[in-house]
Amino acid sequence: MPDRARNPQLNANGELTHLLSIDGLPPDVITHILNTASSFLEVSDREVKKVPLLRGKSVFNVFFENSTRTRTTFEIAAKRLSADVINLDVARSSTAKGETLLDTVDNLVAMHADMFVVRHAASGAPYLIAEHLRRVGRDDVHVVNAGDGRHAHPTQGLLDMYTIRHYKKDFTHLKVAVVGDILHSRVARSDIHALTTLGTGEVRVVGPKTLLPALVEKMGVSVHHDLREGIEGCDVIIMLRLQNERMNGALLPSASEYFRSYGLTPETLSAAKPDAIVMHPGPMNRGVEIDSEVADGPQAVILPQVTFGIAVRMAVMSILAGN
Amino acid sequence: MPPIDFADLPEAEAQCAELAALIRPQLAPDTALIGIHSGGVWVARRLRELLGLAEEIGMIDVSFYRDDFGEKGLHPQVKPTSIPFEIENRDLILVDDVLYTGRTTRAAINELFDYGRPSRIRLAVLADRGGRELPVCAQFCAWRIDLGDGQELVLESGAGGRLRWRLAEHA
Amino acid sequence: MPANNLQIANGRLIDPGHGVDSNVDLFIAGGRVAGIGAAPGGFSPDRVIDASGLIVCPGLVDLSTRLSGIEPELAAAVAGGVTALACPPDTNPPLDEPGLVERLVWRSKTLGLSHVYPIGALTQQLAGRKLAEMNKLTQAGCIAFSHAKHPIIDTQVLFRAMQYAATSGYAIHLHAQDHHLALDGVAHDGEVASRLGLTGIPVCAETVAIAVALQLARATGARLHLARLSSAAGIALVRDARRGGLAVTCDVGIHHLHLSEMDIGYFDSHARFNPPLRSGGDRDALRAAAADGLAAICSDHTPVDEDGKQLPFGEAVPGATGLELLLPLTLKWAEETGLPLSSALARITCDPAAILGIAAGSLAVGSTADVCIFDRTAPWLVKPETLRSEGKNTPYLGYEMAGRVTHTLLGGRLVFER
Repeated sequence: MPDRARNPQLNANGELTHLLSIDGLPPDVITHILNTASSFLEVSDREVKKVPLLRGKSVFNVFFENSTRTRTTFEIAAKRLSADVINLDVARSSTAKGETLLDTVDNLVAMHADMFVVRHAASGAPYLIAEHLRRVGRDDVHVVNAGDGRHAHPTQGLLDMYTIRHYKKDFTHLKVAVVGDILHSRVARSDIHALTTLGTGEVRVVGPKTLLPALVEKMGVSVHHDLREGIEGCDVIIMLRLQNERMNGALLPSASEYFRSYGLTPETLSAAKPDAIVMHPGPMNRGVEIDSEVADGPQAVILPQVTFGIAVRMAVMSILAGN
Repeated sequence: MPPIDFADLPEAEAQCAELAALIRPQLAPDTALIGIHSGGVWVARRLRELLGLAEEIGMIDVSFYRDDFGEKGLHPQVKPTSIPFEIENRDLILVDDVLYTGRTTRAAINELFDYGRPSRIRLAVLADRGGRELPVCAQFCAWRIDLGDGQELVLESGAGGRLRWRLAEHA
Repeated sequence: MPANNLQIANGRLIDPGHGVDSNVDLFIAGGRVAGIGAAPGGFSPDRVIDASGLIVCPGLVDLSTRLSGIEPELAAAVAGGVTALACPPDTNPPLDEPGLVERLVWRSKTLGLSHVYPIGALTQQLAGRKLAEMNKLTQAGCIAFSHAKHPIIDTQVLFRAMQYAATSGYAIHLHAQDHHLALDGVAHDGEVASRLGLTGIPVCAETVAIAVALQLARATGARLHLARLSSAAGIALVRDARRGGLAVTCDVGIHHLHLSEMDIGYFDSHARFNPPLRSGGDRDALRAAAADGLAAICSDHTPVDEDGKQLPFGEAVPGATGLELLLPLTLKWAEETGLPLSSALARITCDPAAILGIAAGSLAVGSTADVCIFDRTAPWLVKPETLRSEGKNTPYLGYEMAGRVTHTLLGGRLVFER
């Protein structure tokens, strides 16, 4: 079919023009982003936490789904690059008035946006926007996917890789477990694609069958239903957030039963390597997917993840703006 | 590939010694060196040894401050800027390998001011090849040479960290 | 006005229902087939159509065509060689009142393009609660009853509806998809949906519904047609049921014979179908079922405008334009599988006609002269401007097709000529 083979994230020279998903990114593009991020990490330690790279550029945070937390990290990243940041809370405004997604995009392009940071509840929405920009001849406007449905959260995936590389250096000998609600998690998908692209030794997913996608093993992971067994000998454990609406229903009987089977406690953590790190994309449900003792313990790297997240987003935005 | 000709180029290591000799009488008690990645860092390291300075050198990558970002994009190998000392009220010597348009120096000064307000900044370069596009001049310079637009003077760090010049020709 | 006597000369005549496949002329008089090979006595043609290098076959019969605008879609039908089509009841408003059905029949007759056979709503408003007036609807022109793609959640209602239809021998066409298992699903619950984070529709949504429908057909004696099957497991259930003596029939959508979940690519909303495009293995089973005659082939023509497709995959309206692609895609499938042309054409002529129980899809002497003449190899580019349908929504946009209709006759009258 037409264009089906073309990766819409890359331009004709194979350079990144949009960040839509980790899936399909060449490993050297990922490594380049991580390397660039390490330079930006230092900027955040300075007295003046700002570089003039995107001076005069307009970054529009277009969040069709509310997330103050993610939006703020993108806002900080863009501001540290000296971009003008405009936050649009479209979750309520335009779509409620019947304006379509692409109407909104056309309007923002007319306002001379240079970059869109998009969060949308529907998987694939950022692809639609990127494809639309190409069709109207405006592929100079860049799109960063800040989370689309269950599909992808590529900057989270990248910051997770940054974190793992920071603590563990090389990926090839690592055992990494992703634990919890894989089915509904865009973070899980982005992490899995990033880990497999970077040649991680072993990637495991752990969860009950109701929270695992069909044929998940085709993504290059091994499947485990028992937490202890799933994290045994692991170097890295990525815990996923369990959304409130999944806790009581046909997927799971209760939060407490989930915690009993899949909550990470100091006892279960002992099955992993002694120097294993514990990650979580936040916000955490203490006592549901993770015990406070683990969340606040020496193996947790959850706050460094947040710090790295700013640098990674700065790297992504500056690389896109330069291509 | 452009032709490589080492034969007629002066010894870079000898020029480092000349540059150190120029700087030595002008050193203040609190002078610190800051090298611009990558060539400037190598030269700054050499100068620190030759001048016997106790203070570590600072290293600065101006990629985030360049004015050609819009055309050229982000440099693929950005290095972290690392300045292991307070620069507020310090006497600084900015070190680069080649002074050309002056835009790198401008970017470096801009970046330094995001760290603080030095009492003075001077510029030391191994070579000044002319072709300035900004009002920048080097207080210390070991070699003045006129080069054409298609030529590029490149400092390389060879075996054992030995510095040497290479002349590249662009079509 | 129609030419009374028409001779279609020098073509290759294929009438799959009667085992005809030879280079003979077709003679038409008074709107009917008057002779094959030899002219009937005293026949003198008012017009001769030279069909050299062309194939002459019965006008195509389509088991499901959505008529968004009646006139443009019927023009698209005859441009695609379709001379008889069944219209599903999910019109707006649904075909649950005799008046609506009469109006549809009358309007299509006035246009005189393709024959339109309404399929009535099984329940009022397609709400799945109260039975529709099936007897009155039949009188108004309905030839079968269905629930289109709307669910009948209450199995009791489905049971009663099938009992009631069986009382008068009405056929029931069902889209077998369990409502709850398919809830919120937008793509096949497999590798691609998992990777793209799309909500999956598991194969068991189809097999569970087929199993229910088959049991209810056995219990009620209703004549059951299963529409648009999508999975290998679904096909297997129908095969077993037929082997067990149940007179159930089924069809597959033409796009499902060619595409799979992989064609979703990067969220291409043109590859959104209901039922969803499934795995390559499922597609192979559908192809086999169509090849051996278990399943007929249907265009499942669903015009969707730009606004309905320019949406994130899961929000886009499912379906594709199909009337003008039915023939070329059937030819492509036959070519790829090495199936004789006559068998392939049977799936879009006499087989669906038999399922619908209508006098169509035949070129025997005495049959109504609904004829499709096409150039098997003529290439054409699928573009918005080459499609007569108002629906430009197709995953084949920009693709070259081989096989193009040159003439379409309805009751001996030339209704389309390219």
